[in-house]
Amino acid sequence: MPDVTTPSPDMVAAGQPGPGTDREFTVRRRSQSSLVLRRFLQHRLAVVSLGVFLLLVVLSLFGETLWHYKSTDITDDLSVAPSAKHPMGTDSTGHDLLAQVLAGTRISILVALMVAALSTAFGTVFGAISGFYGGRTDALMMRFVDLLLTIPSLAILITLSTLLANGGGDPVTIALILASLSWLSIARVIRGLFLSLREKEYVEAARCLGATDRRIIFRHLLPNAVGPIIVNATITVAFAILAETGLSYLGFGIKFPSTSLGLLISVGQSAASTRPWLFYFPGLVIILIALTINFVGDGLRDALDPQQRRVRA
Amino acid sequence: MSAAFELAPTTDTALLEVTDLSVSFPTDDGLVEAVRGVSYRVNPGEVLGIVGESGSGKSVTSLAIMGLLPQTAQIGGSVKLGGQELVGASYQTMAGLRGRAISMVFQDPISSLNPVYSIGWQLAEAVRAHNDVSKKAALSRAVDLLQLVGIPNAKERAANYPHEFSGGMRQRVVIAMAIANDPDVLIADEPTTALDVTVQAQVLETLDIAREATNAAMILITHDLGVVAGVADRVLVMYAGKPVETGTVDEIYYASQMPYTIGLLNSIPRLDSSTGEELRPIPGSPPSLLHLAPGCPFSPRCSYRIPLCDEQEPALLPVEGADHFAACHVADTLGPQR
Amino acid sequence: MTTEPVLQVRNLVKHFPVRGGGIVRRTVGQIHAVCDVSFDVHQGETLGLVGESGCGKSTTGRAVLNLQPATSGEVLYDGKDVTQLTGNALRAVRRDMQLVFQDPYASLNPRMTINDIVAEPLVIHHLGGSTSARRETVQELLRMVGLNPEHGNRYPHEFSGGQRQRIGIARAMALEPKVLVLDEPVSALDVSIQAGVVNLLEALQDRLGLSYLFIAHDLSVVRHTADRVAVMYLGRIVELAKRDDLFTRPAHPYTRALLSAIPIPDPRKERERKRIVLAGDVPSPAAPPSGCRFRTRCQVFRDQLDDTQRAACIEQQPLLEDRGIGHEVACHYPDVEKVV
Repeated sequence: MPDVTTPSPDMVAAGQPGPGTDREFTVRRRSQSSLVLRRFLQHRLAVVSLGVFLLLVVLSLFGETLWHYKSTDITDDLSVAPSAKHPMGTDSTGHDLLAQVLAGTRISILVALMVAALSTAFGTVFGAISGFYGGRTDALMMRFVDLLLTIPSLAILITLSTLLANGGGDPVTIALILASLSWLSIARVIRGLFLSLREKEYVEAARCLGATDRRIIFRHLLPNAVGPIIVNATITVAFAILAETGLSYLGFGIKFPSTSLGLLISVGQSAASTRPWLFYFPGLVIILIALTINFVGDGLRDALDPQQRRVRA
Repeated sequence: MSAAFELAPTTDTALLEVTDLSVSFPTDDGLVEAVRGVSYRVNPGEVLGIVGESGSGKSVTSLAIMGLLPQTAQIGGSVKLGGQELVGASYQTMAGLRGRAISMVFQDPISSLNPVYSIGWQLAEAVRAHNDVSKKAALSRAVDLLQLVGIPNAKERAANYPHEFSGGMRQRVVIAMAIANDPDVLIADEPTTALDVTVQAQVLETLDIAREATNAAMILITHDLGVVAGVADRVLVMYAGKPVETGTVDEIYYASQMPYTIGLLNSIPRLDSSTGEELRPIPGSPPSLLHLAPGCPFSPRCSYRIPLCDEQEPALLPVEGADHFAACHVADTLGPQR
Repeated sequence: MTTEPVLQVRNLVKHFPVRGGGIVRRTVGQIHAVCDVSFDVHQGETLGLVGESGCGKSTTGRAVLNLQPATSGEVLYDGKDVTQLTGNALRAVRRDMQLVFQDPYASLNPRMTINDIVAEPLVIHHLGGSTSARRETVQELLRMVGLNPEHGNRYPHEFSGGQRQRIGIARAMALEPKVLVLDEPVSALDVSIQAGVVNLLEALQDRLGLSYLFIAHDLSVVRHTADRVAVMYLGRIVELAKRDDLFTRPAHPYTRALLSAIPIPDPRKERERKRIVLAGDVPSPAAPPSGCRFRTRCQVFRDQLDDTQRAACIEQQPLLEDRGIGHEVACHYPDVEKVV
């Protein structure tokens, strides 16, 4: 019998891969994030939506400086229909609507992003603690969340708006008010996620090594929860856009001297039949923002958690 | 293409004849050739054991025969059941054959059984899917089947739901469902892998009973060489999507002519081994099916290799023995192993 | 190998409460996972703990390390009772006693690189010096388990099952433990890979003088690696013997049935073997049978005993003791039978 190429009796060779077995890395070395990115890029609708959304953001940030009218400028053209000079027309005071829509978009997006950031931060911490510790702590914290969720949100928002901001005001206050409700659903999702993540074997392994709770939460659980956190954050942005619009429309949100798309709709609503451009342009932009964010959220969700059909070999 | 592997002509009609079956899956990273040319035949009452590790393609082969692969799979070659071609057959044809002429038992009985219907109902449904009988007659046949597979108090237990049975019992129920319509071919894909050893013994006994009751040809797919030794008449060893050795069970275990099979047999710990014998592992790991290098896929791990092994993939050729084939350039020089 | 026990387990009990529904969720029953288990692990030896699913072997392994708090009993290591330790005292003991997990796919954090995973124990216990010194130790550990240290900055999903298990072993070895609890360390691996990992574990034991508690359901692997073997059934140890004794002279009916059921990759032997097939299913651990727990499936109870003898099995729980066989058996009517 031909001699087996005996590896050295060293224990290292007890499992040393044979010659030429670096073939095991034939799958190109890819980190998790580039895999996610690749999957996202295959989702054409999401990519296009992301592009449109970013375009809107850029326009809203820089558009006003580039456009020769400011949102507060009063021109001589009163209630003019859309034309080359005023692509979105003007209102009864002579404000250029395009400039106003740009300004309003900026504020609305700003508020939405702030709401997402605040509620994600708070909701994640709350849900993480509740899900990780479980037991009585979890029961108490979740009953509190359930309680808040049963109260009609609109009622809370209007009440808060009246109490804190005299019925509306600057973007930061409105963002805080909206965030005070939107953290609830994030907390629930993260809590469920942590409840299941903490049962994972690598968490048990960390505990076995002597890791403290703090280390487990920050080093093991949170990095593995990033996916759902991001998806929830995008959902919150979509929610916040529409919520702020609704609140401002009702008159409890952004108020003069700030402007927002909701405010523009509210003001333009009465003229919808005679001067439709005052109503429909801001409305279209709102719809556009909400749609693009939803599609981006879909794409992210698919990229982070692909549904694969497994075939055993 | 194993052109040199000619199936020896037999006097009985081979029940299931697989010729040069190949299956590929398009993936993000390229085309994965899961099965690259498998040929075998099984006769009535015979047990063929297909042995291989993960990635060998053994399960994909049987799923291809049953027509259970996803739409994206590309299937080539031929599968003839009693002369009827299965590859490319219509959905209706396959649905008519599955559960009647050819049945399958899977590894996990939980997923084969519907949790919201009673066992008796599901068995009766399997009968009625292919036979025009009354519900009462089907249910009575269901109880008979449960008795055959050794479920105690079959009549009462027919009304129970899957979650009320233990793992071993569930697998026996699945076997009962598989033989409900007296199939010609029974495929068992890792039927006992998830079960405890004592339960495994019970289920293997049940499979034996099932096979005798129907005189079906049985294909047993597993990675457990001990199970195959006790059950199979013939063995097919698969590696990297291709059969590398086939023969009677004695030929494979005592006179193997393929280094992978030899390596496998040497590396598994045995219950009857003498003390202090060291295990001889096969170095390295199975290759990725994504971009197979030229030559024999086993050569990087093979201790008998010669330069030819890296250049040309060996065909499945006859070696010493009655019906013994091996895909190895140095076969017939390896000598008897036990 | 000296006869000094490095780990002593005495009367270990672990019950899991079964809670009823409703708001208050009172405890309506107990799952008797581990019932009065005692054994020693000696310095440098491998004690195999075997049994089928539900016998309580994994729970025993976790309780020994106090990863699952025991309901009662003691685990004595280095003069201390591990079950009573908490906080920093427990963390100190963790340096000496580690666990190798069964599932190589789930036991590694998918978001951490291999270097981070293996270095984590050093970081937790503030050992190993500076970051670069730690990096060197990690490379040394990876080499020790047969992996290429250059691949240290890759992620777990890029490795095969066998390699991941080696990473898990490297991680467990980072703190230089004295006792390793191995929970089915090769069950999830391909057959041809198992041998390599088993050889590695044996080599490490020889070189570093480790003591192993080797939990497995695969008796063929245990035959190869263990010095002594304990067989568990439904939460109790039913037989405890030196390795060769257990396999050539099994005395408990369950051990005999278990051994006869295990297939051997040898067609001639398989054809000649007599197989003892047990009747029925394993009883629920929430309601174990009275007296001897194995009596509901026992082939001796069924075929060979008369009614007065059976009464003993129904009423008295047999203790684990040497009844003249030469090793400990928990059976009223043990009988040696060669089944392998």
